Amino acid sequence: MNSTTNISLANKPKQNDPVMIELSGVSKEFVKPSGEVHTVLRNIDLQIGKGEFCSIVGPTGCGKSTTLSLVAGFDQPTNGTIKIQGETLQGMNQHAACVFQTENAFPWKTVIDNVSLGLTLRGVEKAEAYKEAKIWIERVGLKGFEKHYPHQLSGGMRKRVALAQCLIIQPQILLMDESFSALDVHTRSLMESELLTIWEETSASVIFITHDLEEAIALSDRVVVLTAGPAATIKGDYQIDLPRPRNVSEIRFDADFMRLHEQIWNDLRDEVMISYEQSNQS
Amino acid sequence: MSNPISLNNSLSSEPVSRLKEMRTKALKRRLRNLGLQIGVFIVIMGAWQLLANYKLIDPFFFSSPKAIFLQIIDWFQNGTSQGPLYTHFIVTFEETILSFVIGVILGIIAGYALGMSEVLSVIFGPYIQMLNALPRVVLAPIFILWLGLGMSSKVALGVTLTFFVVFFNAFQGVREVDRNLVNNARLLGANKRQLAVHVIIPSALTWILSSLHSSFGFALVGAVVGEFIGATKGLGFLISQAQGAFDTTGVFAAMVLLSITALIADWAVGRLEKRFIAWRNVRQD
Ligand SMILES: Nc1ncnc2c1ncn2[C@@H]1O[C@H](COP(=O)(O)OP(=O)(O)OP(=O)(O)O)[C@@H](O)[C@H]1O
Ligand SMILES: [Mg+2]
Repeated sequence: MNSTTNISLANKPKQNDPVMIELSGVSKEFVKPSGEVHTVLRNIDLQIGKGEFCSIVGPTGCGKSTTLSLVAGFDQPTNGTIKIQGETLQGMNQHAACVFQTENAFPWKTVIDNVSLGLTLRGVEKAEAYKEAKIWIERVGLKGFEKHYPHQLSGGMRKRVALAQCLIIQPQILLMDESFSALDVHTRSLMESELLTIWEETSASVIFITHDLEEAIALSDRVVVLTAGPAATIKGDYQIDLPRPRNVSEIRFDADFMRLHEQIWNDLRDEVMISYEQSNQS
Repeated sequence: MSNPISLNNSLSSEPVSRLKEMRTKALKRRLRNLGLQIGVFIVIMGAWQLLANYKLIDPFFFSSPKAIFLQIIDWFQNGTSQGPLYTHFIVTFEETILSFVIGVILGIIAGYALGMSEVLSVIFGPYIQMLNALPRVVLAPIFILWLGLGMSSKVALGVTLTFFVVFFNAFQGVREVDRNLVNNARLLGANKRQLAVHVIIPSALTWILSSLHSSFGFALVGAVVGEFIGATKGLGFLISQAQGAFDTTGVFAAMVLLSITALIADWAVGRLEKRFIAWRNVRQD
């Protein structure tokens, strides 16, 4: 058992996966209102394979969301390049969809209009888009709520809408920014296992940002640890070779899980402490 | 699907009675509020009438509810000294609607354009602030000089009033759109036009709609003030005529008619608002 669980500092995706996302020498700077340059990310090299589930953890404010917005194409890196399937990313990332920490659903659209939006924007006939949307709505367990507006749903249900809205366009890259952190524990572990079930059926690469290391390990093939900001970079990169399919709620008690957790936490803890001291100083 | 139905059947009698109870409660509350509103009206009007009857206030300056009521009836039946009542009414109404519609459309277009474009808002921002700071009433004589005593000068004045209210709200609405939602739509494949249709306009609509109440009021102000300063028809003209003849009752009667118009318009705008932002209806509890 121990020999199969390979705990190693791996910088490369599994050999058999072609590279989906490639960040090379990426850095990001913002100009503060005072005129100073604030370096958020420095020299990030990261390759994520096709179909790989990669989590990014790091102390608050280190630049996780910034990384995601660079991959999504909301923003451009100051230095370095981002390649998607070998092509340099320019403008919006056509292959990606994103589940945000806050809201994805458009409050003025019903559930079915929200879910079908990605298709109608692409010029799919409304009837066709609705048909497809119904399938996804059922898949995320929202059957019967097609005509509801987001404000009539609970937080967990809105996250399901967000998920369906992203998945309907069958993205090759799914970006998730602390998507489940606002949910209660039970809803959260339900959503986690549903995400895994759906992901296993697709071949999407996932970048999953979280501040919860347990969640990161339970879900991912790989966990990337960022250093504390400013000028955060990659501190550690861990392959998670726990067997799949996984039972998200029980895997936490697995011995291998615990050892991985301890090892990654050793890395992360130092950064969290640094970040904590910084925030105390200022 | 069969599950919820059977659930409903077994529980049907209880929710129905609860529903009835809630309905009667709501109805009672509405009746009570209406009763109080009418009560306040009666007390104020009654006091006014009594004070006027006993000459505690001078009826020449303050008139009385009864005289005003009779005046309105008289206007309805015999017309005013300036021709039939309805012509004045229609003129004012038409001016108001026209300036409302034109002002709203221009305000939304300008608000959207400046909200979306950093360059435009930097260039035009100060000018718009300057124009808005100008008391619009001073423009009335100019518009009358330019456009004559007819309807167009009143509409122009009303437009300058409504435009800014709607403009600032549309501008703010466009600026306040949730960045996440914009990014989400763009990532889902929205082009510029689709972004406007699916995200920016619906989001700004709450702001715009909330400005419609006050902008309709301003349209009415524009029409009446314009008529007051120079016109041959309209409720504002009626007021100025009555004032010229020291006819306080006439002034009050025209004011009552104006307020009724404003109330009806407010109700209509409220309906419009409800229809457009059904999605925003807050949870009922
Ligand atoms: N548009 C921006 N302009 C200026 N600074 C920014 C901007 N966006 C992010 N930053 C800065 O970049 C740093 C990283 O922000 P980011 O949102 O990526 O952190 P994060 O790791 O996602 O944090 P959290 O875990 O709290 O969400 C912060 O210090 C923030 O102030
Ligand atoms: Mg973040």
